[in-house]
Amino acid sequence: MALFDALLELADDHLVLGHRVSEWCGHAPMLEEDLAMPNMALDLIGTARNLYAYAGEVEGKGRSEDDLAYLRDERAYRNLLLVERPNEDFAHTMLRQLYFAAFMHPFWQAALNSPDETVRGIAGKAVKEMAYHIRHAGEWVVRLGDGTEDSARRMKDAVEALSIYVDELFEEGAGDPALPSRAALRGAFDKTIAQIFAEAGLEGIEVSYPQTGGRAGRHGEALGHLLAEMQSVHRAHPGATW
Amino acid sequence: MVAEPQLRAWAAAASVPDPEVPCVTVEDLGILRWVRMDGEVAVAGVTPTYSGCPAVLAIEFAVEAALRDAGFEARIERVMTPPWTTDWVTPEGREKLRAYGIAPPAETSGSKMALFGETAVACPRCASERTERLSEFGSTACKAQYRCIACGEPFDYFKCI
Repeated sequence: MALFDALLELADDHLVLGHRVSEWCGHAPMLEEDLAMPNMALDLIGTARNLYAYAGEVEGKGRSEDDLAYLRDERAYRNLLLVERPNEDFAHTMLRQLYFAAFMHPFWQAALNSPDETVRGIAGKAVKEMAYHIRHAGEWVVRLGDGTEDSARRMKDAVEALSIYVDELFEEGAGDPALPSRAALRGAFDKTIAQIFAEAGLEGIEVSYPQTGGRAGRHGEALGHLLAEMQSVHRAHPGATW
Repeated sequence: MVAEPQLRAWAAAASVPDPEVPCVTVEDLGILRWVRMDGEVAVAGVTPTYSGCPAVLAIEFAVEAALRDAGFEARIERVMTPPWTTDWVTPEGREKLRAYGIAPPAETSGSKMALFGETAVACPRCASERTERLSEFGSTACKAQYRCIACGEPFDYFKCI
């Protein structure tokens, strides 16, 4: 079931990040961002739905996208530690967004050549959306990094806090020939980040102890709280419709 | 040779307006992919614009309802490949968008401009290309917010994907 597991990892990444980004709805620092954040959350959750639906089909046990999203516990989630990190301030959120998009854009680009037709279809949509996410987050990282003394300090803090989660992006995880190698994307990722950091006046930092374990279900405390909030209504009212 | 019921079914499905941009139909947007007859059942292939477009279900219900109103048993199939692109917006659709005050997508989405470059977006009111982007994301996932520097009009731009 390598394909099922590989799809689930990706779906969990997108759902958890989508939920995090959606938490900005109504709280963003300006109206334009209050529109942008839910729009990006929708992109991410939409991709998650496509991936869960296909994973359920591949598994063949009749599990729906809702079953996979709402009825698995924290230890069963396979998402990256990066995407479950709390929003903190806008600098944190934008850097997390940039790291993810700078990774997913070349990932989906490579997936356009997947031997699997459904994967190609999902990739075809997502790759274009991720290009917008990179641009949006990249502009914010530059604006804040090269902004006021306060914004530059916050951006630098974000780099320090989140860099330890970057290496995990390139772990192969379940791995399946239908999906591209993650390790092979390091060069493209580093190039995008270096370009944006240079413009933002930010320095990358050497990471001595990268944090990993998300793919094996070992998460930080943050994920449990997120899932509790996300899953409680579905679990309290199983099978409810309106 | 296309049978008459199929043509009638297409006409019924094609007339459905987009719920978020009601000036254009699903045919104008190119999201109605095909309608075929499966025995007595009219089957419509509909494609989402964005992965998370919240209007997908509403569009599918509306197309199904239009087919039923036209006297058909109806079924909807969601088509993911090849993915929808703004290149499929018809020339009529582009003109309707402009008349409605939404700048239509730039001609082709094949360019790599989406990443860092900027494409020139003409103001739908005065046609000036002296415009500036206010925000990457507008009132819906498929639109961005722009302002015309020449006439001062803020407007939506249907993003090119």
